[in-house]
Amino acid sequence: MKAETISWTGQSVERVEDAALLTGRGRFIDDLGTRPGTLHAAILRSPHAHADILSIETKAAAALPGVVAIVTGRDLAKLTTPMVAGLKIAAENWPMAVERVRYVGEPVAIAVAESRYLAEDALDAIEITYKPLKAVVDPIASMGEGAPVLHEKAGANLVSDRRFRYGEPAAAFAAAAHTISVSIAYPRNTGSPMETFGVLADYDPHEDVYDILANFQGPFSIHTVLARALKVPGNRLRLRMPPDSGGSFGVKQGVAPYAVLIGVAARIAGRPVKWIEDRLEHLGAAVAATNRVTTLKAAISAQGRISALDWDQIEDCGAYPRAPEPATLYRMHGNMTGAYDIRHVAMRNRVVLTNKAPTGLVRGFGGPQVYFALERLMQRIAVELQLDPLDVIRRNLIPADAFPYRTATGALYDSGDYQAAIEQAVAGHLAELEQRRDAARAAGRHYGIGFAAAVEPSVSNMGYITTVLTAEERRKAGPKNGAQATATVSIDPVGSVSVHVASTPQGQGHRTVLAQVVADIFGLPHREIRVVADLDTGKDAWSIASGNYSSRFAAAVAGAAHLAATRLRDKLALIAADQLKAKAGQIGFAGGAIFAKGHPDKTIPFGRIAALCHWSPALLPEGVDQTIRETAFWAPPQLTAPSEGDEINSSLCHGFIFDMAGVEVDPANGKARIDRYVTMHDCGRVLHPGMVEGQIRGGFAQALGATFYEELAYAEDGAFLTGTFADYLLPTATETPDIEILHIETPSPFTPLGTKGVGEGNCMSTPVCLANAVADALGVSDINLPLTPARLAALAAEPEPARPATSRAAAPAARAGDRSLRGEGEARVAAAPEAIWTMLLDVDTLASIIPGCHGVQKLSETHFKADVTLGVGPVKGRYKAEIKLSDLDEPRAATLTGSVSGALGTGGGFGRVTLTPDGAGGTVIGYAYEAAVGGKVAAIGGRLLDGAAKAIIGQFFAALARKASPGRPGLLARLFGRRV
Amino acid sequence: MPRLSAATRHTVGFTLNGKPVSVEAEPRLLATDALRHGLGATGTHVGCEHGVCGACTILIDGAPARACLTLAVQLEGREVTTVEGLAPAQDRLSVLQAAFRRHHALQCGFCTAGILISLDAFLREQPEPSEQELREVVGGHLCRCTGYTPIIAAAREAAAELRRQSQTPAQTIALESLDV
Amino acid sequence: MKPAPFDYLRVGSLDEALAALAEHGSEARIIAGGQSLLPMLNMRLAKPALLIDIMGVAGLGEVRREGAMIVVPAGVRQAALLQRPGLASEQPLLAAALPWLGHYQTRARGTVCGSAAHADPSAEIPLCLVALDGEVRLRSRRKRRVLKAADFFSGMMVTDKADDELIEAVAFPAARPGTGYAFNEVARRHGDFAIVGCAAMVEAGQIHLAVAGVADKSERRSWPRLDGSALDDALNAFAWELDAREDLHASARLRRDLVRTLGRSTIEEAGRCLA
Repeated sequence: MKAETISWTGQSVERVEDAALLTGRGRFIDDLGTRPGTLHAAILRSPHAHADILSIETKAAAALPGVVAIVTGRDLAKLTTPMVAGLKIAAENWPMAVERVRYVGEPVAIAVAESRYLAEDALDAIEITYKPLKAVVDPIASMGEGAPVLHEKAGANLVSDRRFRYGEPAAAFAAAAHTISVSIAYPRNTGSPMETFGVLADYDPHEDVYDILANFQGPFSIHTVLARALKVPGNRLRLRMPPDSGGSFGVKQGVAPYAVLIGVAARIAGRPVKWIEDRLEHLGAAVAATNRVTTLKAAISAQGRISALDWDQIEDCGAYPRAPEPATLYRMHGNMTGAYDIRHVAMRNRVVLTNKAPTGLVRGFGGPQVYFALERLMQRIAVELQLDPLDVIRRNLIPADAFPYRTATGALYDSGDYQAAIEQAVAGHLAELEQRRDAARAAGRHYGIGFAAAVEPSVSNMGYITTVLTAEERRKAGPKNGAQATATVSIDPVGSVSVHVASTPQGQGHRTVLAQVVADIFGLPHREIRVVADLDTGKDAWSIASGNYSSRFAAAVAGAAHLAATRLRDKLALIAADQLKAKAGQIGFAGGAIFAKGHPDKTIPFGRIAALCHWSPALLPEGVDQTIRETAFWAPPQLTAPSEGDEINSSLCHGFIFDMAGVEVDPANGKARIDRYVTMHDCGRVLHPGMVEGQIRGGFAQALGATFYEELAYAEDGAFLTGTFADYLLPTATETPDIEILHIETPSPFTPLGTKGVGEGNCMSTPVCLANAVADALGVSDINLPLTPARLAALAAEPEPARPATSRAAAPAARAGDRSLRGEGEARVAAAPEAIWTMLLDVDTLASIIPGCHGVQKLSETHFKADVTLGVGPVKGRYKAEIKLSDLDEPRAATLTGSVSGALGTGGGFGRVTLTPDGAGGTVIGYAYEAAVGGKVAAIGGRLLDGAAKAIIGQFFAALARKASPGRPGLLARLFGRRV
Repeated sequence: MPRLSAATRHTVGFTLNGKPVSVEAEPRLLATDALRHGLGATGTHVGCEHGVCGACTILIDGAPARACLTLAVQLEGREVTTVEGLAPAQDRLSVLQAAFRRHHALQCGFCTAGILISLDAFLREQPEPSEQELREVVGGHLCRCTGYTPIIAAAREAAAELRRQSQTPAQTIALESLDV
Repeated sequence: MKPAPFDYLRVGSLDEALAALAEHGSEARIIAGGQSLLPMLNMRLAKPALLIDIMGVAGLGEVRREGAMIVVPAGVRQAALLQRPGLASEQPLLAAALPWLGHYQTRARGTVCGSAAHADPSAEIPLCLVALDGEVRLRSRRKRRVLKAADFFSGMMVTDKADDELIEAVAFPAARPGTGYAFNEVARRHGDFAIVGCAAMVEAGQIHLAVAGVADKSERRSWPRLDGSALDDALNAFAWELDAREDLHASARLRRDLVRTLGRSTIEEAGRCLA
């Protein structure tokens, strides 16, 4: 039975969520009350990218006031098992390091105390001895001979290597007129929601039940991972989600490991424990999108028609292949040919582990990485074959009459008319863009136009991840597929309607849209429908596919609510027909009433019929069991498991995006200005235009960040460099331009409402569209993100004006990507080299010249330990230092190797010191050093480091000079202080 | 004022949204924690604790301030306004809040309180703001959901409405009575 | 991210603050606007034993003129200086530079002297002080002393201020007739610390250019009225002399490029103001 009227859906009604959020009445996890006696956790994290944990000393911390428990990896290992991962390899996925740390920011210990402040005090008092190991951060290097292996049991860092062949790619390449390829190194970035993770956990030792409140977002397949890790059956892990969540963009899937950690902390402490992640923790260790190295080749006819693609993808999942990874690599598997009709595909997918934070869901999830390569390739084909870039796109599009269209790799595209979408976007926009480009270029400016076409998958097939397994491995493991959605609609004794879903919204406005959808079914005002979206796995309807990811709400969840409401309504129609003495087929619902069509007298208020089941169940007509509550479970049949030939329909819905951008680059300052941006979408039927626009604008802004500003950056030695919002830069209102949004609608035949997802598309299309515009503006081919001013300026750079001959010598040039600190200096001291030499080897002298030294311990003639307080400007911390002398050439030269470690991080370096007689009884001390800093200081105070190293090393030699010639301390100290 | 010892809590008294309040605070207690967990004013959110994201922006004596970069003890004797104090009544929205709702200028709503506070202060200083000025004020905040465009649109519309109101005071009540 | 414990002292007079500084030295920190100090405290990069809050001291919040100098005492917030009536004619460089300083929200709290004390090599207030050859007025219980800005700033977040001293005020020379001023900067985003900031002052016979963000403190050079390739050569030499930093946000090459190009356009803009 069709609804009488579709009135509310399709309207941009005001959101029911907003009044509370606007007046400070939101109920985010940290806004909710806690049980009296609730404790607070803080987490100590590794300053090393790779190190063995030799010892953890917790006594001093545990003795501090207000501290209730200190939990280490060993405590965790006693109560839990490692988290199950998608890859069947022998890497243990612990949520906290047990014997070895593998990335900077990895949890090492938890302090549980009466307040967060006291818990953080306790962290400062925990002493850990590490044995640093060589780290690897580059995915290619991680596969190389001699690369440090993260998980020795797994044998290598390359943990998955699969090859796929669809059609006859080799033959297509052999027959092709042209082969054109692109190579991309896609960087790490993240969704960075404004609210960080939060967990509030309690444990009942008698029932062995964990009750955990977390701002988790699904997928709830992770619930099974958590229950297993906590060693309880699923019904003893009650996972609850708060009513509001401050954004997620996929990222809050990553709170899952902390549910284990805080659950265990609560169990050990014997009281509820709350943990709210701080921003430093979040940027360093929450969730990163994968960085990926891709080489993509196309076989092309003389006319620019692509016959085959050859993908080589190397996916970097960080230190642990944490569930659901390597899903990022396989989510797009069905649509690796994008919007194009390409029948032959070869693919090699490798997954590697490196000493970086583990990866996971981030808006776009695999799409940005794939489309950056695919659409850069389209632009390169146009440039190399001297074709119009838009024509290259047009020539290869899937024909409009081909839908539903089965791709070479197995996706079943539900609907679309890509040609119409593109022509509509181009008409009235492209001519203006070209005009502006021509005018800018005539004036000598660098202006380019970029295009991108992308198929936006939504409603993930829970089985796509098994494509990483071979067909035989899949047979053993049993089939996995589908995308079950649930929704419950209930009617109370006064006939008012409530909806409950397991969609865990994070700000998208699910409650408003569900009210619209359900109101239309019952002919009620949408404001009369109440929607509850906070979820409790202990009592609500959910399944492994529940949650807020893969843009599944409009297609799957709203559809399930529509189905549940329709079932209830059809039963109410039977009751009404009975009451009104009419035929069921005549019954209509509108304006808060139920009526028999064509019989104006036969009308009854909705509430009377709706409440009947509560008050007079005996009056229910034949065939109506109850009308109190209906839960719909919807599972689309199109989402089947991977075939024997590895074809996989990885997503149910496939929207379409076509973007055009005009970008001007100023080579003088490396700034790009987005002059115009047009984005055309086909997301099927639109339920709430305002929210769809919000998703597009929000996705665009995140993509803008990925294009120009955002990178989770690591130094070569694994130090994490972007731990604050001063270094991980999100675009603000002054950077984010207005965009023009266009739509066409080709409703999906596979979803109850004809809808498709729309939440992630611009994260996939926008980075490459902007990159194509920049490539066009500067006439360059190799473009990697983020396009920082330095990168953009370098792309356009002409030879630099030479250093004037009068200027002093250049500092040693750093290798690209090397962020270690270097310096050199020279000092004249009024003492003979022999005297200086003796001082450098003397423990008391060292104690007096090492800056901030609290005492030196001599371990051997050439090996010292010291406690030091080091500070530069306002930054001050206490460290343990170790100094070794080697390559001794008495009394002429020695190599000093030093390392420091403390709460603020670690540092290490070496320097060669030379002592040369100055011919007047004195010595010229020369030194050159190379140092690297890691841990917290590197992550949050990168800008300070160079100055810090210079100042501290300067202080050391100034003190040495003072000591050597005590007569002129002030002058020498000043001299050295300035010189270094 | 005597020296406040690190180890003890001290009573800090100030005015919160027009009402006198007091909270017990160690010197190191951040204003965010005092407002949220000490006084239950949880509308002020904590996004970064290093002064960049702007979610915790409040007014101190009418001027915007990052509450995460303010100590609770620094609030002593001050007039503090938080998002809970912006609406004219419990069941109403302010002109600015209503404009945000009309323009879908929020999604998750986590950053919204700070942005409302900044704009509330700025629109009183500058009733006829240019789009660039508004972008620079909102530029002191991070929003990860909206792409900012609807926020700027809402602010412009609210500014226009507030100007109309100030010209015809009789309409104030009617305009503030937009139902919630 | 919560601070380590500290005592807190709100003083009613500078004498009280100076006495506390004299007693506690490097263990004490002055807090005014707190916009630079609080992040350091929250991250536990700094763990002072005592915070001395000077914002209750009467008379510290008023900008005043002393002859040719605009004197900005320790309690003046950045927004208050920016909103000073007539600032654009009194010292156009400050009026041009202050809107680049952080954001509306941080200017409302942060103080001018606090920014000088923090001595970030990319910051606008130190740049203006160096460009204008301004003064930093230090005071301890022992003595008062006045330093030229170039002598006060000694490195990355390092100054010549002793542990028992506080900045009582900074002083900017007011605009002189016949002198043009201009300010420009390039940052990753609006409100970020500058990749390169340029402040130029052009007089009848001289050009002065100060540059922030390149070396570990703002640096100024003066030349006779050069133009054409002679100015390019001078700026190129300056760019190389600064030994530009390489960091996440910009390469040393881009920084040198900006000294050459942004430096030149800023000088030219100041020259036009003069004409």
